[in-house]
Amino acid sequence: MRIGELVPAPLTRLPWHMLVLLCAIGGFGVVVLYSAAGGSLTPWAYSQALRFGVFLCMALVLSYVPAHVWGRVALPGYAITLVALLLVELLGAVRGGSQRWLDLGIIRLQPSEFMKPFIVLACAKFYDLLPPNETRRLGGLWPAALLIAMPAGLVMLQPDLGTALMITGGGLTIMFLAGVPLRLFIGGALAFALFVPLAVNFLLHEYQRNRVLIFLDPESDPLGTGYHISQSKIAIGSGGLFGKGFGNGSQVHLDYLPEGHTDFVFATMAEEWGLVGGLLLILAFMLLIRWGMGVAQRAPNRFARLAAAGLATTIFFYVAINLMMVMGLAPVVGIPLPLVSFGGSAQMTTLICIGILMSIDRAATRQPRW
Amino acid sequence: MSGPVRIVSEAAQTFSFSRRAAMLGAGQAGIGLLLAGRMGWLAVAENERYSLLAESNRVNLTLIPPRRGWIVDRQGRPIANNRTDFRIDLIPERIEDAEQVLLRLTRLLSLEPDQVERVRRDLKDARGFTPVVVAENLDWERYASVVVRQPELPGVAPSQGYARNYPAGAAVAHLIGYVGAASAEQYQEVKDPLYLAPGFKLGKDGMEKSLEERLRGRPGAKRVEVTARGRPVRDLETRRDVPGATTRLTIHAGLQEYAARRLGDESGAAVVIDCNDGGILAMASMPAYDPNAFSDGIGQLEWGMLRDDDHLPLVNKSVQGLYPPGSTFKPATATALLAAGVDPERVVYCGGGYQLGNRRFGCLGRHGPMNLHRAIARSCNTYFYAMGREIGIERIAAAARALGLGAEYPLPIPSQRYGTVPDAVWKERKYDQQWTQADTLNTSIGQGYLLTSPLQLAVMASRIASGRALVPRLLADAPVVGPSLGVSAEDLARVRAGMDEVVNGAGTAVRSRLQVEGVRMGGKTGTAQVRRIAGGARGGLNVPWKYRDHGLFVCFAPVDNPRYAAAVVIEHGMSGSGAAAPVARDILTYLYDRPKALESLAALEKGWGGDLRTRMAAKEAAYRQAKLAPDPAATPTPVAATTAQAAGE
Repeated sequence: MRIGELVPAPLTRLPWHMLVLLCAIGGFGVVVLYSAAGGSLTPWAYSQALRFGVFLCMALVLSYVPAHVWGRVALPGYAITLVALLLVELLGAVRGGSQRWLDLGIIRLQPSEFMKPFIVLACAKFYDLLPPNETRRLGGLWPAALLIAMPAGLVMLQPDLGTALMITGGGLTIMFLAGVPLRLFIGGALAFALFVPLAVNFLLHEYQRNRVLIFLDPESDPLGTGYHISQSKIAIGSGGLFGKGFGNGSQVHLDYLPEGHTDFVFATMAEEWGLVGGLLLILAFMLLIRWGMGVAQRAPNRFARLAAAGLATTIFFYVAINLMMVMGLAPVVGIPLPLVSFGGSAQMTTLICIGILMSIDRAATRQPRW
Repeated sequence: MSGPVRIVSEAAQTFSFSRRAAMLGAGQAGIGLLLAGRMGWLAVAENERYSLLAESNRVNLTLIPPRRGWIVDRQGRPIANNRTDFRIDLIPERIEDAEQVLLRLTRLLSLEPDQVERVRRDLKDARGFTPVVVAENLDWERYASVVVRQPELPGVAPSQGYARNYPAGAAVAHLIGYVGAASAEQYQEVKDPLYLAPGFKLGKDGMEKSLEERLRGRPGAKRVEVTARGRPVRDLETRRDVPGATTRLTIHAGLQEYAARRLGDESGAAVVIDCNDGGILAMASMPAYDPNAFSDGIGQLEWGMLRDDDHLPLVNKSVQGLYPPGSTFKPATATALLAAGVDPERVVYCGGGYQLGNRRFGCLGRHGPMNLHRAIARSCNTYFYAMGREIGIERIAAAARALGLGAEYPLPIPSQRYGTVPDAVWKERKYDQQWTQADTLNTSIGQGYLLTSPLQLAVMASRIASGRALVPRLLADAPVVGPSLGVSAEDLARVRAGMDEVVNGAGTAVRSRLQVEGVRMGGKTGTAQVRRIAGGARGGLNVPWKYRDHGLFVCFAPVDNPRYAAAVVIEHGMSGSGAAAPVARDILTYLYDRPKALESLAALEKGWGGDLRTRMAAKEAAYRQAKLAPDPAATPTPVAATTAQAAGE
């Protein structure tokens, strides 16, 4: 109340709890990267911090975009991203080799990253446009399935199993929230359970299949593909309750943990900060996601509701898949831990999601005053 | 109509959204809890296991091979010790470009082509972190030249350790054995990582092998923090090795070396036993290999040379060589006669042989009337034929066994051979044939089926000399076993008097009398047929070396109160008095008058062409020359090198 009197209204309207949480996670990530580089700001910590600042500003700018704009750009944006994905695939085919990004001269764009929020927006827009009584019919099912299958299939071809899973997950989440009959999900889950062993055997690339098989038994190949999982578990397990102390993680500093600054950054953190650091980080992410789900509950219309919950769940997928991967509960699929792992793409995608969520949140909190 | 439906439906949709969003949120929270639980499991419940794994990642444990226990002689002089060794190994796992590394090492260490070939061969068979030896025994300059370039040579592991050293070289080869790197089979058997440590050697033969346990010691460990790529970061604490126990032998190092040198270029063995306690003072077998070279691993060429040598340098003849004792067995027959109650003064007339049925058994001379004393001194076959036949084989065999023949002794030497003390039961079992009188006659003079090793002959001599059933010992801490032989002092005195006569009276070995004031040696010569030559002809100079008779000699000194007993066997030496007795005389002389013994050896060695080491080196060089000469491919390199050098000057 008192803060409300001292600080100008535009600032008090910002979701401060969430922003503090966000900065805490991002800041902690920078600290971990500082240690991973052997106590040095270069090559990771400094540029990560800089990018975090830039993308955070971008998110704040996005938050001032009126929420209804997202509904309007959802389908065109989705279409453009899909074309870009196709282009990437074609270019890759021409140049003879798989490729994930478009080189525009100034920046390299990775269309599959943009697809993560846009699949959510597009599906949300679709169910917003769909007459409610169509939701439980076939007409409410196949267009959404097609919306999901096209980008997921293209990304699978790259091949990027992790991103394809996230796109599918994001789309399915919207379908679930939009009210597609529950039995379809239960049936789908059962079918999936049957399909996975077949897919593993016949659809996946050799290296993807190996990753899955070795995930099931990492010790079978301790120096090959199972090495990542084994070393990651060793890093986390050896950290114990309070960790080995900042800068003392032998697994990462002696290079035993591969990708200790990107996909396996959680293991790097856990080795030095222990269970306490890990639980705090998990808690922070869960609070962040809960805020996103809260935005969805407050959202003024169907599109905003679906979009907000979907975006929050996209962040959740990032966190959940990455943590399951580093703790040996899922195969290594190359999903980074958002805001903590070194790398701009995931950071950008996450903050785009946050920006849109803030924009929806602004619409939600403004509405009652009208 | 559609209006109200739509409104209801939208409300239902919102309700459905809230419900499903709650389900989704619960699902997310559930997975969040699962992740937290998983993390708790890894970090708390499994913490100990993963901490160990992290530690074993971080710390590279290098075993330091323990310094091998010394083997010293009775006075504490080293027979086998350790010297500092600079060595270079290759770790196959870490090599990036094997050919490149080999090329550089060849240049830095000036390796011979056949050494490079061996390394290349070993590398092909090796896997993982099992080191492959490139060179051992390097001098400091060459070692250092590799050490300073180590960062550019991935996979090359220089190390500084200890190597086995045998100061007396070939003189102790058969006695001590040698050490060598563990073979792949040995590692598979025990799976001890020490076996893979560079520089670790274990006993491969002789006492080095049988005393392995007490000589080995416990390895030390060097702990180094390493990165995943194996780059050392810093040294952690190091545990020192525990050297193996020093083992003292009954051997007299000086005498051992003297005996080996005195055997010269002959193929033979000499064993000296202390009559007080059964301790073996010397046990030499020649020719021999150089155990120092063997311990470093020898080349194909050296091995070929040793294998092809008809003097069998790879066989320890003192315990593995079996020879008919010939006349050296007569003192044993004599104790059997006395024990059987034969009157020592009984006379047998020697007319140059003995008639058994229609077969004549020859004697080397026509000795005339012989009693026991003279029969020993003159080595009269006729006497022992007649008397041996009278008492029968069982009594002779019993006496031979009592004197230690046909037995294996509790010595730390692998593969002793028993030899044979034949009797009726033995022949029945072995050949399924009846024992004949002819067999008894042959056995009485140490021929026929009788087979003994030089060590057994020395034991026999020590038992006759001491009157005790001495059991030979090699380890200084082995118990002294020497119960009474069960032969009366009077009988023993008669036999010893006969042996005194052999050397110091009218006997067969008077030329080998001990030239030491106040010390007389008693002995018995023997000349053993290698193969039966028709018409009673002996294997002398007129037959090829390998068919010549063996020369044997057993002896003890001083005669009146025996202190030392010895046996010398010279393979194909033609006669005991000519080949073996002089060797035994010089060996015993060494014990009483060292300068005199060394003086006579020096004279002999001059005639032979230098001392043991020089002669062995010359022999090897000659062999190498002979092997390499017909191969034109091997010569161009040295020629080119010489030319280049000449041009440089």
